[in-house]
Parts: sequence; C-alpha cells; structure tokens
Amino acid sequence: MNYFKIIINGIVKENPTFVLLLGMCPTLGTTSSALNGMMMGLATMCVLIVSNFLIALIKKLIPDMVRIPSYIVVIASLVTILQMCIKAYAPEIDKSLGLFIPLIVVNCIILGRAESFAAKNNPVASIFDGIGIGLGFTLGLTILGSVREVLGTGCIFGTSLYSEDYGMLLFVLAPGAFLALGYLIAIFNKLKG
Amino acid sequence: MEKLKSSLTNMLLVLTLIAVIAGGALAMVNSVTAPQIEKINQENLAAGIKAVMGSDDIQVAEPQEVEGFTSYAVSDAQGNALGCAVTSSTNGFGGELKVLVGFNAEGDILGYTVLQTAETPGLGAKAADWFQKGAKGDIIGKNPGKCNFTVSKDGGDIDAITASTITSRAFLLAIKNAYDNVIAKHDGATGASAQAKNCKAEGEACCDSTECDSINE
Amino acid sequence: MDYVLNLILIIITAIFVNNVVLAQFLGICPFLGVSKKVDTASGMGMAVTAVLLVATIVTFCIQKFVLEAFGLEYLQTIAFILVIAALVQMIEIFLKKTMPALYQALGVFLPLITTNCCILGVAILVIQKDYDLLEGVIYAVGTGLGFLLAMVLFAGLREQLALSRVPKAFEGTPIALVTASLLAMAFMGFSGVDGGLKTVFGL
Repeated sequence: MNYFKIIINGIVKENPTFVLLLGMCPTLGTTSSALNGMMMGLATMCVLIVSNFLIALIKKLIPDMVRIPSYIVVIASLVTILQMCIKAYAPEIDKSLGLFIPLIVVNCIILGRAESFAAKNNPVASIFDGIGIGLGFTLGLTILGSVREVLGTGCIFGTSLYSEDYGMLLFVLAPGAFLALGYLIAIFNKLKG
Repeated sequence: MEKLKSSLTNMLLVLTLIAVIAGGALAMVNSVTAPQIEKINQENLAAGIKAVMGSDDIQVAEPQEVEGFTSYAVSDAQGNALGCAVTSSTNGFGGELKVLVGFNAEGDILGYTVLQTAETPGLGAKAADWFQKGAKGDIIGKNPGKCNFTVSKDGGDIDAITASTITSRAFLLAIKNAYDNVIAKHDGATGASAQAKNCKAEGEACCDSTECDSINE
Repeated sequence: MDYVLNLILIIITAIFVNNVVLAQFLGICPFLGVSKKVDTASGMGMAVTAVLLVATIVTFCIQKFVLEAFGLEYLQTIAFILVIAALVQMIEIFLKKTMPALYQALGVFLPLITTNCCILGVAILVIQKDYDLLEGVIYAVGTGLGFLLAMVLFAGLREQLALSRVPKAFEGTPIALVTASLLAMAFMGFSGVDGGLKTVFGL
C-alpha cells in the first residue's frame, strides 16, 4: 500500500473536520485562535499516531468481545501521559486548552480510526494513517482558528493584520464557532462538487 | 498467529494485562512529571508574588487561610514587613476569575496578576494589562478601602475595560473582597491595615484623600 | 438558606448561562447527529440527563474514596471513562429487564452516550470546581436539562428547516451549524444573568 496515498487520504478525502465531521467538540471549543486550534490538532495527532500503532500491534492478542474496553484503556492511558507531559513541560498549552485535553479520550476520531483502520492494517500503515488523519484534523482546526481569529480580533497567530477595533467579536464567541465552521464546510463542499 | 478466542479466561487475562501495563506506565510517567508540575506551580506562584509586590528581593512566609482567601505575608530580605499577597476569585463573564494581588502595609495595591481566567479571549482577557500602572484603568497605588473601588459606570473611580464591564466589575470585586476580608479585618502577620482601620473609623474624611485623586491624574 | 440559593444558582447557570452545548461545546456530536426530529432529540436528551446523574454520583465517590484516598489522582481520566462505559452498559441491561417501555424509547441512544464527551466533561468539571456531592448532582442535572433544552429547540428548528430550500453546498450539516449559531446567539442573551441572580440572592 502506498503510504503517501494514506496520508493524502486523511487530509483530503477523509478529512475529519470537513468530510467525516468527527471530533466536533474540540473543533468548536478550542479554535478561538489559530494557535490554540493548531495545538489541539497536534495534541490529538500525537495520541492518534501512538494509539493506532499500539492497537495495530496488539490487535491479534485482544479477543473480539473486549475489543472496545481494551482500546479505551490504551487511548485513555496515552491521553493521561500526554496530559501529564503538557502540564509539566508546557503549562501555557494546558492553560489555553484546559478541559479539552482529557476529553481527547472521547474524541470519536481516535476510537473510530482504531476500529476502522488500525484493527485491520499493519502497524506501519497505521502510523501513516494516524499522521494523515492527524494532519487533516490539525489543518481543519488551524484554518477554523485562523478564520475566527482574523475576523474576530484582526490578528493571525498573534500578528496584527488590521486594527482590533474593527474585529467582529462574535467570531471569537460561541456563535461564531458554529457560523464559521458552517461556512467553511459549505465552501469545502462547493470546491469538491 | 491466530487471533485469540473470546473465551472467558482469555478476556479476563487480556483485560487485566492491559490494565496492569497501562497503570504501570502511568505511574512511571507520573513519578517523573509530578515533581516537575509541582516545581512549575511553585515557580509560578513565587514569580507572581514577586511581580505583585514589585520587588525581587523578598521572603515569603507560609500561606495563611483567612476567610477562604489565601494570604502570603511578604517581607524584604532584611525581614522588614512589606505587606501581603492575597489570592481571590469571583465569577467573571465566562467562569471563575482568579487574581493574585499585593498590598503594602497601608493596604495600597502594589500590583496584581491574573492567575486564571475563562473570559472572552481578546476582550475580557485584557484584564491582565488594563489595570496595570500607566494603563487606562490604572489601579496600582490605590487603596480599595479609601476610594470608590468600582467601575465608573457604577459611579466608581476606575475606568472599565472597553466593552467588558462584567469582567471589569468581577475583577475589581475580587480585589475589593480580598481587601475587605484579609487586609481590613485582620492585622494579620503583616501588621497591615492598622491605618486603613483608623481611616474607616474616622469615616469619609480619608476616603477622598489626595491619594486616589493624585493617582488618577 | 444560602446553600439552597447557591444550588438554585448552579442549576440556572448550568441550564441557561453556561449551556453545555451552546456555550461550552460539549456533546456536539449527538447535538448535530440525532437532532433531525423532536422525539428522538428529546429521547436522547433524557437519556443523557439520566446517565449524567448516575455517572456523576459514581465518579464523585470513586474520586473521593478511591483515587484521592490512595493518592492515585493521575488515574482519573482512565478510571472515569471505564466507569462511564460500564455504567452505560449496566443501565442498558437494567432498563431492558425492568422497564421495557422506557428501554424502547431510550435504548437505541444508550450505546452512543459513552462517547458523548459531556458525560466525562461534567464528571471532571465537578471535581475541578470542588463541588460537594449535592452541588455536583445539581450541576449534573442542570447540565442534562440544558442539553435537553438545546436538543429540543434545535430539533424543532431543523424540522422546519427540512421543508425549506437551501443552497446545494449548504445542505445537511453546514446549514445546521449556521442554525446552531443563531441559537447560540440567542442563548448569549442569558450571559450575566448568573451575576445578577447572585446579587438578588445576596450571595
């Protein structure tokens, strides 16, 4: 199987944000700025790559009936490890992402990929699937975060583009998240169709 | 290799094994990161206290719990009391707003820092800069017991953050609460507030003292 | 008395001011996924409220009597998610045996609830906010009712929306998100209400 194809598949054809519509909670909740969105995407990607790899590695050892609980334990441990590392070495990220880090556990993307890809493919292919889907998710969150930050505060990644006084604050607040994502998906649909 | 069958022993064995490995891995990582997290929290607090007391050369006493507020008595390197730093929290626009504020022995504000905020990014979150010295809502040097410590919209002396009155109110209330409960009531470890108390007893005379006005200018 | 008023404040804040879906972005998947009809939406809302209530009580006890007692706080995420998954299974079996009618109504939604992040989110928030058990339970019920309210309102809007014509690119999820945005805007009108009530109650 072509690894490059797996990655592109994750970014475009099965983009978790714009096509599969998975993991909507962090997508909407953490994208008040481009940087926050990107951090959340990268954190999810780390967990996804490792969980895909581990699950593909041990899939033969897990009886079918206890498949889901086993996956959940693996994912929850990885998330906790990530949470502890972020708290210890990057407290700033912990401050801005807060509750959404432990909630990576219930992100449907991770369990979904474990079920639909890692349980059927070899460990190396699973790593590449993790990278592809992870990049797709990161890209989606960064784009959404950028749109909200530019429209809301006039900045992108903290660099000012125009005066903050002309920003539409709505886009930083909750309704703006729904609105911006709705329009972005519509644009994605239009480009695809 | 064949996939393991879903027999009861297999299931129990696998689940236990996974749980044990996961628990062990977590315990290992925790033993590495826990001291580091503790260290960062300590450093943040120490840096915060230094910032709000406006001095690097300080000794911080053990924290004291006063009426639900945590108060740190602070003295300079020679042991002379400087005042105290108090943590206080209120409900802001989006959730809890937690500040650390430093008072000198007279109860004047030496400095503040926002410890935790769930305010709207780019708006309410401005509280971190808005009330600093020289900024529009400057509160440094003011005494919450002596001046009208609310936003100008409510008839107070402080300019609220543009378009974030709720955050501004919550922020000022947190500091006022810290003052009322820790500084004004308890002479405490710092010996603070003896004067502030006198002031209160004498009534309004002190309250529009030159202190507030001169700082406003 | 103050304690009771505080509980009232918690429940009103959880339902309206900090609505779990429209302000905190928890439980978005079922909010978008099963909100095409009012009956299914209200079924899902009730199932979530019930699970939230039970899960909060159990996770609270686990945190206080197991994790904190043995200094195992770092196992929080893993313990909570397993407890929630097991609880959902147990509730499903229990309902099937004892209340078949209710099971018929809620049953299909139960398995979906495990991955509803508002359950785990509320369980963690109750610990983070340092609530006692009663406050935690009230907060959980308030959050559940807030979820139910948002679901029913949104499903009502979507039922009407299904009858109107939308641009092709907006069909399905995009227009639903735009609708959700309008609903969230309406809920923003409640912001600050908690502060006002606090003053009224004299807390």
